[in-house]
Amino acid sequence: MSKRDPLKMVSLLAIGMVWLVIAGMPFYFMAMTGFKGQFELFSGRSVFAFPEDPSFQNYEEVLTSGSFFTYVRNSLAIVGVSVVLILLFGSMAAYIFARFRFRLNRPLFILIIAGLVIPVHVTLIPVYLFTREIGLYDSLWALLGPYVAFNLPLTIFILTDFMRLIPREIQEAAYIDGSGPIRFFFRMALPLSTPGLATMAVYNSVILWNEFVFAFVLITSPDNRPLPLAIWEYQGQYAMNIPAIMSVLTLSALPLILIYIVGQERVLKGMMAGALK
Amino acid sequence: MNSVAHVRETGQFGRWRLLPRLNADTLTIFLFLLPTLVLIGIFVIWPIVNSFQLSFYKWNGIAPTREFIEFDNWSRLLRDDIFVKAFRNNLVVVSLSIAIQMPIGMGLAVLLDQGGRFFLFRLFKTIYFFPMLMSSVAIGILFKYIYDPSFGLINPALEAVGLDSWTRAWLGNTDTSLYAVIAVICWQYTPFYMVLFLAALTSVPEELRDASLIDGAGEGRYYWHIALPLVSGTVRTAIILSLIGSLKYFDLIWVMTEGGPSNSSELMATYMYKKAFPSFEVGYGSTVASALFIIVMGLAVFMLLFTRRFETEV
Repeated sequence: MSKRDPLKMVSLLAIGMVWLVIAGMPFYFMAMTGFKGQFELFSGRSVFAFPEDPSFQNYEEVLTSGSFFTYVRNSLAIVGVSVVLILLFGSMAAYIFARFRFRLNRPLFILIIAGLVIPVHVTLIPVYLFTREIGLYDSLWALLGPYVAFNLPLTIFILTDFMRLIPREIQEAAYIDGSGPIRFFFRMALPLSTPGLATMAVYNSVILWNEFVFAFVLITSPDNRPLPLAIWEYQGQYAMNIPAIMSVLTLSALPLILIYIVGQERVLKGMMAGALK
Repeated sequence: MNSVAHVRETGQFGRWRLLPRLNADTLTIFLFLLPTLVLIGIFVIWPIVNSFQLSFYKWNGIAPTREFIEFDNWSRLLRDDIFVKAFRNNLVVVSLSIAIQMPIGMGLAVLLDQGGRFFLFRLFKTIYFFPMLMSSVAIGILFKYIYDPSFGLINPALEAVGLDSWTRAWLGNTDTSLYAVIAVICWQYTPFYMVLFLAALTSVPEELRDASLIDGAGEGRYYWHIALPLVSGTVRTAIILSLIGSLKYFDLIWVMTEGGPSNSSELMATYMYKKAFPSFEVGYGSTVASALFIIVMGLAVFMLLFTRRFETEV
């Protein structure tokens, strides 16, 4: 755009501001209410008003109660292990689909990709029964299987595309140098797919960090709850202390928002992974 | 074995015969696919089969015996007013999601595309995307309070602009609960389509824009006649994603209304959960789940065939 019409610019900014209010107001409400005292909302002052006596008390209580960090640790553990396994298994399968010719290649690939549209709720009852049967019910690790399995299809889909792009010459050269298919995978295919791996790491981390349904069905003990389940239980318990709930919500949303602000392009690219094909 | 000549010839290693030789390739293929196939088999494919099996039984999920009742669950499903209502609600969610998110997403994308690298617009883009980063659970809880008739934001905002008569308990009212939830769904997902469309718009070659502007097309006509047709593939992808996604909603509705009041915001997924877990009707819950599966897969296949035909026509 070379020439800028000031009138046009002003109207664009005005529209931009309107959506800024729509998108940002709930966040403002959430973070600000967290600074209020429990009874301030009952005092008849406008909900938009700035806290009468802003205090960090709610935030402090959440952070020092100890259980918040248990939930964060649970979430970090299950998301971390799941993402590593998704990337490992996903890239292994993608490598086979991209570089090997065999009869079942296409049918298996299509079967796995069909998993993209399957609603997780269809599997909820059998997975629940199965988890009880093998004695994993109510443990954090009960989530591992469903988390990995349901996120493999998209990961395989995206990584297969990446692995197809590896030039044939590199592979020939590696072969002439005597490296076999497995060594080629670890030494060449995997490093060359780093951008794809990074994208899928971001995507899967965001999805799993926020996952609710499986945690809701498979976990009951407070100690084993990941963060989203914990905030759901928390609001049931403290329904009347709105400022306290808002401070919990703010703190739970903060990590991803900070990561996003630091690495915006990476996160945006990751979040779009599901739509790029 | 893989001779160099073979690799050179095909560009790929490996062949599969009817009775595979146990050579390095077959072993690699087997080992590398094994974890994926086992996991997807156990947690995706087998549960679907099992859901269909369970749909022919009457069972509370705990008792050691279950009663085979043939198609009773299925005929009950077809006569179940609540399921029909949930299905209808799902259709409302699907159509309103598409009708609201696509135009607003595109509008915001055009806005940001126009704003270009200007600092304020980059800030807009950053903040507009925030809703996508929050969990549906957190968003649901947040909006439950925003809609709250005594402590929320919506009613005071309406009063402030003189629309006192509009104020109500948005989530507690059978006429508004579904729409109140849909508004939140749109708030959450519109930024996703915005970023998607923005990426598509930015990929339109600069020369095309310049050429059309020199020809006197004007910005509005440039977007309508040139950019939009060029990004129609992305729009189609977005519609399919929104369609499939809308049929799966659970978290947000569950947190905000649990399908209520009196099933006014019930969706197939929430109904399935209620039947299988709190009500211990595992057989019937599985029937609802299986129906959900049939509907989603049917729609997905239909969309795939439909859009493919559309592609060949263009």
